[in-house]
Amino acid sequence: MADQTHKNEPFALTKYSGEQLKEALRKMHLIRKFEEGAEDSYMRGLIHGTMHLSIGQECSAVGSCMPLAEDDQITSTHRGHGHCVAKGADVARMFAEFFGKETGYCKGRGGSMHIADVAKGNLGANGIVAGGIPIAVGAALTSKRLKTGKVVICFFGDGANNEGAFHESLNMASVWKLPVVFVCENNKYGMSTSIERSTSVANIADRAAAYSMPGITVDGNDFNAITEAVDQAVERARAGEGPSLVESLTYRWRGHSKSDRNRYRTKEEINDWISKDPIIRFAAFLVEHAVITEAEAAQIEEDVETEIAAAIEFAKASPDPVVSDVSRDVYTEAQV
Amino acid sequence: MNAPVSSTDLETIEMSYSEAIKDAMDIALARDERVILMGEDIGVYGGAFQVTGDLVHKYGEDRVMDTPISELGGAGVAVGAALTGLRPIFEFQFSDFAALAMEQIVNQAAKLRYMLGGEVSVPLVMRFPAGSGTGAAAQHSQSLEAWLAHVPGLKVIQPATPHDVKGMLLAALDDPDPVMIFEHKLLYKIKGPVPQGHYTVPIGKAEIRRAGTDVTIVATSMMVHKSLAAAEALQEAGISAEVIDLRTIRPIDRDTVLSSVEKTSRLACVYEGVKTLGIGAEISAMVAESHAFDFLDAPILRLGGADNPIPYNPELEKASVPQVEDIVSKVTDLLKGKI
Repeated sequence: MADQTHKNEPFALTKYSGEQLKEALRKMHLIRKFEEGAEDSYMRGLIHGTMHLSIGQECSAVGSCMPLAEDDQITSTHRGHGHCVAKGADVARMFAEFFGKETGYCKGRGGSMHIADVAKGNLGANGIVAGGIPIAVGAALTSKRLKTGKVVICFFGDGANNEGAFHESLNMASVWKLPVVFVCENNKYGMSTSIERSTSVANIADRAAAYSMPGITVDGNDFNAITEAVDQAVERARAGEGPSLVESLTYRWRGHSKSDRNRYRTKEEINDWISKDPIIRFAAFLVEHAVITEAEAAQIEEDVETEIAAAIEFAKASPDPVVSDVSRDVYTEAQV
Repeated sequence: MNAPVSSTDLETIEMSYSEAIKDAMDIALARDERVILMGEDIGVYGGAFQVTGDLVHKYGEDRVMDTPISELGGAGVAVGAALTGLRPIFEFQFSDFAALAMEQIVNQAAKLRYMLGGEVSVPLVMRFPAGSGTGAAAQHSQSLEAWLAHVPGLKVIQPATPHDVKGMLLAALDDPDPVMIFEHKLLYKIKGPVPQGHYTVPIGKAEIRRAGTDVTIVATSMMVHKSLAAAEALQEAGISAEVIDLRTIRPIDRDTVLSSVEKTSRLACVYEGVKTLGIGAEISAMVAESHAFDFLDAPILRLGGADNPIPYNPELEKASVPQVEDIVSKVTDLLKGKI
């Protein structure tokens, strides 16, 4: 809970050190430039299939992961590159995965929609909308049963909040009082269907009441707001008080996937959100509060560019899987 | 896989199939704190088929968990739990309800290891009371094991005896991959010798229940018993039938089936799942595309479930799955060259 004596001080400044806040900014840049690098690589034919970019949602991902320790866990969505980076992934291995290489996080078998970083607690992006929600609840069940103290953040989008799995999962997490925090990144559209046309409540967080858990809607592009809301929810979970639902309002600048022609939203709307870039907003906040200087902020961005460029080179130079290995890892031991 | 645990030194007692399942779960719950049971009405109610019985009184509600009626969510919780260090046994009240959970079984449990490049395993056990003969009609009587056996990443077993259901469930708990157990409801009350204590029966190995020379009958689950009864009648007519209890349908024990067909030169597949595109289709194709093909003296015979939902009326219900008389009659025709 925010210290009352610092009531007027922004939450992030009371809770996190300068180093942590700089790292948060660095991660936001890392996500942005990773996504742009992936987009560019896709145009160049280095990535096949499609991708679901989270450009514009960096603050939501990084802010939500701030309260987590390395061994806390997350489940993610098809739009999961940002969560993966926020949870500490190595962008070189992420690019390698997208390029289908053996050095990728999933040895080239998963690709963008199934990227995972299990060592850092990322149980995986998921190609099924709401597919990761019951899984997150299961991970929280393990935490409670084995008393590991881990908290699980379950990321999903506004589209997922109408899937049966969402409702069943929130109900069970609540009945069993499990240490899971449901973070819904509401970017206003499922694929093309707006929240107004698909969802019978005005705020997704209103659905928390149906499952007897706290629900809050915050501006996910405001670092202070998202970190404070998720921090409270994580503390609640750690204290054994059960799950919460945090609705993080954000926006994706790019279409749903690479084949989206944006017919369902206007250029004006997109440009309006682009003008409110959450990374620029966060950097300005840090400069304003003397956490960093403008020169330092620029250096962070430049260093990230270097890291991304090196990561892409690593991925390009990495080996492809051996075709005869195609059936490896279907089972844990080789079938006789 | 852990090495199979032999039962040869264990004392044996007579037990029903459902008691054997409970015994396996009791042993598992006692020896491994990661094991939990999940399902509808498995706590004080004792389970719809009284399999879990009083386990909740011994281990508590934290380890014998009554879930809400949420098959999709519940299955997914079991997946997530298995992914992160627990060893859940998830009971579906009826195998038909697997349809509600297919997303988590097929898209998640079966595929997580592969999609994540081998970084994780999903040691999940799911139990499905299956099959017809109880008058429960179409939505409570299906044999859907072929659906799941079609999915790489799953293992699917159909133990047919009390000895095997206990040993294979214990093997499933040692298995790092998802194992789906289809238990025919009519088997729950059958009795047989069951070793006391912990032992395993290997997944992926069929068992020859009755040696014979004229025809190989490959059967699963309840049909093993019907085939054995049919084999007695066939013997009286001078036909020597070899009956193989397949036990595991993914992976199929190819070697046992092919060796037997090479010995007898005739094959009959007997199974309760719908005949069309069922397990018998896979066995037939497996034989037809192998060296055993040259040994066949007759077309392959399949006896499977009818192409209709299981009806309520008892005579119609019986007519919808192979009965002992059907097996006797069709196998006799096969031997007489009438097929």
